Amino acid sequence: MNQNQNKLKASVTLLRIFIGWHFLFEGVVKMYNPEWTSFGYLATAQGPFEWFFTMLIGDATIGWVDTLNIIALMVVGVTFALGIFERIGAIVGVGLLALYFLAHPPFPGLTQMNVEGNYWLINKNLIELVACIVIYQMPTGSYFGLDYLRKNKLKTQEQ
Amino acid sequence: MKWTRRDLLIGLGGLPILGAVWWAGAATSVGSRKKRSEILEQLNIKPSLPPAVPGIGGDPVRIGVIGFGIRGEQLTRALGFATDEWKEEMRLAAEEDPNNKRLEDFEKQERLNVKLVGICDVFDVRAEKFINSFSTDDNKIKRYLTYKDMIQSGEVDAVVIATPDHWHAPMSIEALNNNVHVYVEKPMTHTVAETYTLRDAAEKSEAVFAVGHQHRQTLSFSTARDIVDKGTLGHVSLIQTNTNRNDDNGAWNYDIHEKASPETIDWDQFLGSAPKVPFNKNHFFRWRKWWSYGSGLSGDLLSHDYDRLNCVLNMGIPASVMSSGGIYTHNDGRNVPDVIQVNMEFPDFSTGSSQVKGKENGMTFCYSATLGNGFSRPTILMGHDATMELGNRLTVWPDGASTRYADMLEAEKMNPNVPIYHYDPAANATDAVSSATSQYFADKGLMWTYIDGVRVDSTFLHMREWLSVIKNGGKVSCGIKEGFEEAISAHMAGLSWKLGRKIEWDAASKTLKPIEGIDFDQVLLANDKWNIQPEMVG
Repeated sequence: MNQNQNKLKASVTLLRIFIGWHFLFEGVVKMYNPEWTSFGYLATAQGPFEWFFTMLIGDATIGWVDTLNIIALMVVGVTFALGIFERIGAIVGVGLLALYFLAHPPFPGLTQMNVEGNYWLINKNLIELVACIVIYQMPTGSYFGLDYLRKNKLKTQEQ
Repeated sequence: MKWTRRDLLIGLGGLPILGAVWWAGAATSVGSRKKRSEILEQLNIKPSLPPAVPGIGGDPVRIGVIGFGIRGEQLTRALGFATDEWKEEMRLAAEEDPNNKRLEDFEKQERLNVKLVGICDVFDVRAEKFINSFSTDDNKIKRYLTYKDMIQSGEVDAVVIATPDHWHAPMSIEALNNNVHVYVEKPMTHTVAETYTLRDAAEKSEAVFAVGHQHRQTLSFSTARDIVDKGTLGHVSLIQTNTNRNDDNGAWNYDIHEKASPETIDWDQFLGSAPKVPFNKNHFFRWRKWWSYGSGLSGDLLSHDYDRLNCVLNMGIPASVMSSGGIYTHNDGRNVPDVIQVNMEFPDFSTGSSQVKGKENGMTFCYSATLGNGFSRPTILMGHDATMELGNRLTVWPDGASTRYADMLEAEKMNPNVPIYHYDPAANATDAVSSATSQYFADKGLMWTYIDGVRVDSTFLHMREWLSVIKNGGKVSCGIKEGFEEAISAHMAGLSWKLGRKIEWDAASKTLKPIEGIDFDQVLLANDKWNIQPEMVG
């Protein structure tokens, strides 16, 4: 049982680090490119929430949307990669991925733009979202990550 | 408290990952930006901003509209006036498809300082529709039965002419002689002789003369001019431009109004200088299909493509033109061709050369059109150093054998498959290398000119420019010089198709080189190809 638990923890840790890797890279690339904007992605939004996403592209809002997107990506990336406060990171990740999913949902009848595969209702955004839920349910920072040091420190102090 | 080595490995194991990803992300971003700015710096292209024109102040310009058919309605909307019927139709269309924003766009359009005062249309239904839609208690709109009555009334400052082609020049000349400003649809004239006469009238007149080539307002075209001027493309030896349509509307088979009859249409006035034929609804509503009233693909659509390029390159009238084609897709009694290929030669024209002096000179402009296929073929300018695709957006690819970019190609800073410049007036920023964002726009077809976040149509900008010049002086972007070049080039293409021979321009005398035994205008107006016995078409 204990051995199985360890295998599971190791697998989820790997999942956490890879998702963190993915988010962090996206965040850093955007952060270092001042010309990057989510304008195109939002302006071409489709599906039932199109009205919401096109509302975000106004001159007054688009700057905030871009900055918040980068911050959110970095929060998920840093917490997952370092293995600390990853439950907060997981919630942010779920929120962000839900928005990405709803802006361009793989619903029948909608044109799928800039996607490399074929999807029906479920796409990779949604799968990564569920993976974030797993991270939330099973934090592994105390198994591998900064949380290990934090927890250990607490233990040491208690002794 | 003391950490063991094992503790640190487990606790800080994520740090090197964080560092590596951060470094890789930053390097990717900064690296591609550096590459891009290096290319942009070398190209030094200035994307055009929306045109700013001085305001149209003072008393409103009093406008008379001559011809209130399909195009006449569009032009009147560009002036800020839409019929109730159109508004209702667009409201229903928007209900059905929320993406249809035509009514919304129309309502957002900037108001122009104009007053509609008169209408002249030989079809009662259209004249009445105009009056019913736009006449108010403060501003009673007057119907004039002839264009001369309107122009000589002293009650109009300017006329908008959207009639069949054979009326363009007589009406424009009458207006110019009376110092009434003119906005006339293309092609500017129907025959060669009246092209010369209209030029003289425009040069003598104090009125402002504008030809309706609205695409001169498209931002990508002025940017394209900058790109060509800077030698980005090198020597352009070939231009390909096309028309592809495959529907009734595109083949000029417009609807025939149920109320059309000899009682509601002043048939003799419609005919004007055209051959006298009995009343014919087909001719009245679908006049573009006959040489007597229209100019077919050469005057109707080639003229647009020619002027698009003339506005970018300023290449002027071709030294010679050869055309071929036929009536292959709509054999329905028309006598203008529905498939045509036009080759215009510019042997002394150059957009500049990156190679040894004298090696490159001359260009062919190749127009290819069919009314039997709707596949979109882009306009392409082919230069020694780069290729440019020109539309509402524009894209430039380096050529693999370019002289100018040889070093950058060698260093793999450029790649023939990757655009070095992409411009989209609807997007926020210009990209040196085509980005996913611009690709998105292309796929979606978001191809409008944006001014302060509002979509505007280029016809509106074109008319606003004309009105501004009327009030403030200055120069319209498509005036008599541009109109003259466009009309002569279109007539050369039509003549070549009809005669099956090369038509040449004599730049010294500024006239067509005569061909013995041939009266060009007689040929242009004839109902069929010249070698075929002319006969009446009914």
